[in-house]
Amino acid sequence: MMTSNSLVYLIALPLAGAVILLLSGRRSDKWGHLLATALSASSFFVGLYQLSLMLDRTNEERPITQKLFEWISVGTFKIDAGLLLDQLSICFVLLITGVGTLIHIYSISYMSHDPDRRRFFAFLNLFIASMLLLVLGDSYLNLYVGWEGVGLASYLLIGFWNQKPAYATASKKAFVMNRIGDMGLSFAIMIAFATMGTVSFTGVKAAAEQTSTAALTGIGIMLLVAATGKSAQFPLQAWLGDAMAGPTPVSALIHAATMVTAGVYLITRSNFIFDAAPTAQLLVVIVGAITLMFGALIGTAKDDIKKALAASTMSQIGYMILGAGLGPVGYAFAIMHLLTHGFFKAGMFLGAGSVMHGMNDEVNMRKYGALRKFMPITFITFGLGYLAILGVPPFAGFYSKDMIIETAFNAGGIKGIILGTVTLLGAGITAFYMTRVMILTFTGTSRWDEEAHPHESPWLMWLPMAILAVGSVTSGYLLSSGDALVNWLSPLFEDHGEHEELLSPIIVSTLALTMVAIGIAFAFIKYSLNEVDEVAPSDVSIFTKIARQDLMQDRFNEAVFMRPGQVLTEVLVKTDEVVIDGAVRGVGRAALGSGASLRGIQSGFVRSYAMLILIGAVALVAAIWVVVQ
Amino acid sequence: MTFTAPALNYTLLSPMLILLGGALIGVLVEAFVSKALRPMVQLSITIGTLVLSLAQVWRIRNEESTTAAMGSVVIDGPAILLQASILIISIISVFLIADTDQFTALAAALPGSDEERHAVQTGNQVTEVYPLTLFAISGMMLFPVSSDLITLFVALEMLSLPLYLMAGLSRRRRLASQEAALKYFLLGAFSSAFFLLGMAYLYGYSGSVTFAGIRESVVGGSGNDVLLLIGIAFVSIGLLFKVGAVPFHAWSPDVYQGAPTPVTGFMAAATKVAAFGAMLRIYYTVFANAEWSWSPLLSAIAIITMLFGSLVAIAQRDVKRMLAYSSIAHAGFLLAGVIALNKAGLEASIFYLFAYGVATVGAFAVVTLVRDSGGEVTDLNRWKGLGKRSPWVAATFAGFLLAFAGIPLTSGFIGKFSIFSAAYENGAKGVVIAGVLASAVAAFFYIRVIVLMFFTDPIQDGTSIEIPSILTRTAISSSIVLTILLGIYPAPLLTMITNFSTFIR
Repeated sequence: MMTSNSLVYLIALPLAGAVILLLSGRRSDKWGHLLATALSASSFFVGLYQLSLMLDRTNEERPITQKLFEWISVGTFKIDAGLLLDQLSICFVLLITGVGTLIHIYSISYMSHDPDRRRFFAFLNLFIASMLLLVLGDSYLNLYVGWEGVGLASYLLIGFWNQKPAYATASKKAFVMNRIGDMGLSFAIMIAFATMGTVSFTGVKAAAEQTSTAALTGIGIMLLVAATGKSAQFPLQAWLGDAMAGPTPVSALIHAATMVTAGVYLITRSNFIFDAAPTAQLLVVIVGAITLMFGALIGTAKDDIKKALAASTMSQIGYMILGAGLGPVGYAFAIMHLLTHGFFKAGMFLGAGSVMHGMNDEVNMRKYGALRKFMPITFITFGLGYLAILGVPPFAGFYSKDMIIETAFNAGGIKGIILGTVTLLGAGITAFYMTRVMILTFTGTSRWDEEAHPHESPWLMWLPMAILAVGSVTSGYLLSSGDALVNWLSPLFEDHGEHEELLSPIIVSTLALTMVAIGIAFAFIKYSLNEVDEVAPSDVSIFTKIARQDLMQDRFNEAVFMRPGQVLTEVLVKTDEVVIDGAVRGVGRAALGSGASLRGIQSGFVRSYAMLILIGAVALVAAIWVVVQ
Repeated sequence: MTFTAPALNYTLLSPMLILLGGALIGVLVEAFVSKALRPMVQLSITIGTLVLSLAQVWRIRNEESTTAAMGSVVIDGPAILLQASILIISIISVFLIADTDQFTALAAALPGSDEERHAVQTGNQVTEVYPLTLFAISGMMLFPVSSDLITLFVALEMLSLPLYLMAGLSRRRRLASQEAALKYFLLGAFSSAFFLLGMAYLYGYSGSVTFAGIRESVVGGSGNDVLLLIGIAFVSIGLLFKVGAVPFHAWSPDVYQGAPTPVTGFMAAATKVAAFGAMLRIYYTVFANAEWSWSPLLSAIAIITMLFGSLVAIAQRDVKRMLAYSSIAHAGFLLAGVIALNKAGLEASIFYLFAYGVATVGAFAVVTLVRDSGGEVTDLNRWKGLGKRSPWVAATFAGFLLAFAGIPLTSGFIGKFSIFSAAYENGAKGVVIAGVLASAVAAFFYIRVIVLMFFTDPIQDGTSIEIPSILTRTAISSSIVLTILLGIYPAPLLTMITNFSTFIR
């Protein structure tokens, strides 16, 4: 594999920004945000340059590595810190730095009144650097460092306005739920190291063939646990909605476009493990299918625009995970949906931020309405993202989502039919709740608070939205024309021959569009033809009530994790008091009890110390006597 | 009568010669320089000498010779590493020793006598601790590079005698300090006698006092094994006494507690490097072929030492005594490196010695800061809630304790991991199991101190943390930086150790 010396700059540039901004303190308040944006942009250009170099090389020579330093080397236990840039990671590098830079630009204006804007940009740069390390690490251990880094950056950014206790709690919740996922990742690394003796991607890939299926399944399940934590998948999904407490650009960057997709990256990157561990792969599909329905159902009942979008993110990532769980045919489509989703969802989040900006930070969609006329640019860019997520041709989602639905149907047998149906239903519900968001926000009559004076956002905010909207329109076509992305990624995945085709692409698209049309129609009848209440009605069906409570996810967590956890803690405390403290006191008492004899030893008298030495010497000589005899 | 002048390689001996020269100048300074200037001049000379010596070690790092001093001194890779470790640890320690408030104004005066009071009132502070330190360091430098028994013995006494004196220099609790010094001296003399007797047996066995000569006899296997075995046992007693292994450890808690804290730190860290350095050389080269005889005994001593040190440390209420027992436990861990008897074991031991030495000096440096009106407070009960009053100092101490406990991301983890894996490679499974168990027990009392500092409420009894002087601050910060750096990014040092650590014979 070719080596390079310049990969490190991708990470070093934003990292330098974070360090400078954090260390220079108030001095850099005036120019810190500009520096951070410039560094993020330069990282993007380094990425583009690497892409241009990569395009010039043949398939086999495209991956390049850089060894940074020997991290730990003790006997046979050696770990190098190294970077790997291949066809997969370059996609992420460009997404992270590209969308990241746009969101930096947006935040300059969005955060302009915040006294801590410099700190915010420092964290953003820290996030970019960590996320790049995550996708560029050449081993699971290096990935783990980036994985923890984005966790930290996410924690800092969700709780950025930590003067509000609820926000601080939200960041804590995200942190704790992510810990469970991280534990999965560390277990996966441990199993890999114990069974294969290596944790580098190339090493594990080579060793996977000789490793037992049981071990691979174990690693796969643990990786899946890690992915569910980071990507807010069932059953570790509950933190994402609360994470919306962070500033909106953060939601767009971290909780829509990049960090939450790390789980998809992890699974795609570990394709060699999942391909050899069918059980783990099946679990991936199941988790994806459950989450995509789960997220979509929650999305139908949310009045908070950001939480509705968060539920939608959860659901869309469910599609990606499901795609990645379908094996070699699905990986490329999962990545494609990830990239297109990065455009349209980031765009819609920024649109939501723009709406909130004009509406005194109001997030309740029941207090919006008729904003179309006052925020035309936001309306158009948001609308393009809306069409993209629905999968209306020729917008981006049409290409990527339909491919996943099609692949799901073609998975074969009853499995294919179930998965296909779930993805189709999901598409319909998506259409319903996204149309609901559109109608409540932009059309109908105004239901604003009295002091609201909606206005279009400044150009620094709408420019990134416009660029992302262009991406929402074109990215799907660009990535799929001539199977560009599929061919680009194909050297990484081992495809096992032809696949049966249950339904032809035309039929799948027709079915999907029909579902979308039904979803739109329902939403239209319910919210456009009828009056929308300013306060959420309480005489609703039991299903709506459940959906409003996030399908009882917090109750579920309380019942399944928290209560038993509390009981366990109480038992442990009792055990600690009685058994362990008892034992310790026992040891202490034994030590003190033998303290009489021990004190006899440590008497302070030189003569007894000398005696001890003499006894030791005699014992040694006696032992030698035994050895010699 | 003809007289042949000895052929000395002054370049290779220069690190030690520089120290001796600096020490002699220090004696003259003590006699002739006015008392106002003395502390400053002495400190500059001492630090200057140490840095010069370190630079000289660095210059000769690629040289190897068995004939630096007529076959009495050997210079090779491990020698360079050990000498450099001793010098670096000593430099950090001297920053602490520079705090004259720790030392008695006039060591020759009886405790509580008029002379002492007079000396204190007139500010007539003697500073003989500096030349003594330099003499001790030169002995420590010579100890691991000696290649015959006579030189080894001279080096042992050279490093011990100044330490006996230094242990008695405490300004407060002078009687306890002098008692400690006397105990250390008497027991040291006792163990030296064993050591000498062992030398005699080895001479009787091989007819030679040089390491090369003895090794030839061991390899040839022609001599009387009983003489060899008793020789090994008695020489080992001398060495095990210096490192504080059970049952030759009894002096260390008393001496650690009684000696002035900077001296305790210096003694605990640098003496261990020197003594284990010599031990590694002797066992790895001279006695290597008689492994069958000493390995089981040393394993037994290692296991007892680890477990005893860790268990008794739990019951300690005094921070210096706790650290003393912890150092006993660490002596046990280090013995695992001797037992490993392979290149990995040598590398691991050298890394461990350096990492442990640095953390130890740092930990004792923090101990010097916790005071009340009567001097240092070493009662652990009065350390309660220290983390709330001085979070930085307490956090630093916690860092050192975590390193002692061998928690990942500190130097202690890398050290323990590598030393146990080396011993495991050589089949010393019992030692490794005992080591891991003892580490778990040890982690308990280290972490208990952290809990004490951070999670209990402070008691108001006048205990406070002294604002560290710039010297102490340098010592503490360089120790903690090294401790964490060696935990996060140990690769450069490990690589260097790998490249250097082969004994020449």
